[in-house]
Amino acid sequence: MSNAPPKMTASGVDVFYGAKQAIRDVSIDVRQEDVTAFIGPSGCGKSTFLRTLNRMNDTIPGARVTGDVRLDGEDVYAKAMDVVQLRARVGMVFQKPNPFPKSIFENVAYGPRIHGLARSKADLAQIVERSLTRAGLWNEVKDRLGDSGTALSGGQQQRLCIARAIAVDPEVILMDEPCSALDPVATARIEELIHDLRGRYAIVIVTHNMQQAARVSQRTAFFHLGQLVEYGDTSDIFTNPREERTKDYITGRYG
Amino acid sequence: MSGTLVPEAPVRAAVPVERRPTDWRTASMQRRVRQRYAAERRFRLLGLAAVVASAAFLLFLLASMLARGAGGFVETRVALPLDLARAGLNVTPAQLRGPRADLALAGAGLEAAVDTAAEAAFARGGGAALLSDAAWLRVREAVKRDPSLLGRRVTIDVPVASRLDIAFKGGGTRADRAVARSLAPRLSRGLNRDFFRGADSTDPTRAGIWGALKGSLLTMVVTLLLAFPIGVLSALYLEEYAPRNRWTDLIEVSINNLAAVPSIIFGLLGLAVFLGTFHMPRSAALVGGLTLALMTTPVIVIAARNAIGAVPPSIRDAARALGASPVQVVFHHVLPLALPGILTGTIIGMARALGETAPLLMIGMRAFIAAPPERLTDPATVLPVQIFLWSDDVQAGFVEKTSAAIIVLLVFLLAMNGLAIYLRNRFETRW
Repeated sequence: MSNAPPKMTASGVDVFYGAKQAIRDVSIDVRQEDVTAFIGPSGCGKSTFLRTLNRMNDTIPGARVTGDVRLDGEDVYAKAMDVVQLRARVGMVFQKPNPFPKSIFENVAYGPRIHGLARSKADLAQIVERSLTRAGLWNEVKDRLGDSGTALSGGQQQRLCIARAIAVDPEVILMDEPCSALDPVATARIEELIHDLRGRYAIVIVTHNMQQAARVSQRTAFFHLGQLVEYGDTSDIFTNPREERTKDYITGRYG
Repeated sequence: MSGTLVPEAPVRAAVPVERRPTDWRTASMQRRVRQRYAAERRFRLLGLAAVVASAAFLLFLLASMLARGAGGFVETRVALPLDLARAGLNVTPAQLRGPRADLALAGAGLEAAVDTAAEAAFARGGGAALLSDAAWLRVREAVKRDPSLLGRRVTIDVPVASRLDIAFKGGGTRADRAVARSLAPRLSRGLNRDFFRGADSTDPTRAGIWGALKGSLLTMVVTLLLAFPIGVLSALYLEEYAPRNRWTDLIEVSINNLAAVPSIIFGLLGLAVFLGTFHMPRSAALVGGLTLALMTTPVIVIAARNAIGAVPPSIRDAARALGASPVQVVFHHVLPLALPGILTGTIIGMARALGETAPLLMIGMRAFIAAPPERLTDPATVLPVQIFLWSDDVQAGFVEKTSAAIIVLLVFLLAMNGLAIYLRNRFETRW
């Protein structure tokens, strides 16, 4: 384990939806070199917490976040923090594949274009190719970049969404149950992809599937009822959980 | 909180119920099946009947309009022999080429010359009364095209009076039909170009639709330019930016109510505000457009809000997560996806505005306007008002003009909708 400072830190985070508290006093460090998995039963707040990391909760009316979230030591919720830049630095992949109803090329090119990352058309084409290659989709779509992104299969769409997130060169990628709408083969492709991307980006993945968490992550956080029950190395969580609740959940007695 | 997650559910034994397996072949079961099929059939037939009935109404409307209105596009002409050399018109060729040719010919007494020729030619039939008021104008145009006509005997086809026109088409009084029969060898039919070029007139053979068509066009342009951007921007603001609170609820209710307000109320509002307060010109296309925009905007707002609300939130999330600003989310993703729906709503609103009569009567667009409007502030009328005015006219010649004007209105409407549908499909296929 390296001693480098964590990529993102959250300490004492509470999230409220109106009067209802969805997250209670959660503190977590996300390391650059690891894949971090959030597990827990439905409605435990793991997705809500994930969305605090790139301030996607801002768009939900009535949502309020307190506590301290930092990206490389910068306060994510500070007034000086520009949300647009934050979200370019902390990318996100959603549960249901949501490609834009545009061509495959345009899907990937959109992010670099709005942030002015490409110096020329050729440069943009290169970014698109590199992103699609990293997302393991290039060979399947290189001959039909002009086709609509929505015409791809579910698994391909999700990889397109990952390529789209990669295209703006983020530092962190948040994945909110990226495989829950996919079949096992497509899931395996995404998991391979997460392996390949590890190290280049800090990855946080929310999942229902404990085998998936065990397969892809190095660190696992178990959430229950809006609280962080246990957080540690994945191997420890799955073989030797400290908390009874964690043990019950991962052995399938609950959830 | 307990140390375990496993809920201690109370174990309650289910009460055992003795049930025999269902027999699907009993008479009552088969009756149920028959009833179900009968219900399906009834429903399908009802639907079919509704479609057939509405198609029949539409066909009847179109057929009767075409049958009655077709005559409105056709004029009856009579071959009028003229000896312009003997008429002694005092016009020089230079005057005929100049911009004041019309004035020169009128001043030289061309109209009287035409009347004289008609009196000579149709001494038994009724003389100059057989000709339309527009007859001498037709001669004037012919002379302007070919000044050499002034020096020789010619025969020019000129439109006949409304009475004879009707008789030649098979209507009118017995006496008129007798005149038409006696003149039949000299009568002919042709496309009534004046109908497409002229404006309202007291003589049905001279009355044209172009004035009203142009008035409608100008009015619609004003309405569209105001109602579309205002409606779409309001909808975008309400859907994407406005907080949900009592004020926005109130605004929403008000917009829904405005869309249901009878159109004549908007006419009164236009009268009070645009004419009364701002002293804008009466009967102008500008004021008509403003008034109709008041009426159309709520319709567009409602349609646009629905279309914007139907854009999947996942698309917004995807764009935001990439770091798109709210304006970029709206203009790159939400608006293009909502545009087909917005255009559909706009078509409905504009079609309603195009067919609207009542509010325009309130702002004075029912005046007799004999010249097509040149500017937005010129006195103008619109197609439905023109139809209303003609249908109210006592002269028999206006009956077919009314139907012809209705056909023009329907064609205009179809063209407008066709354009909008074309645009909508273009935007849809691009995505």
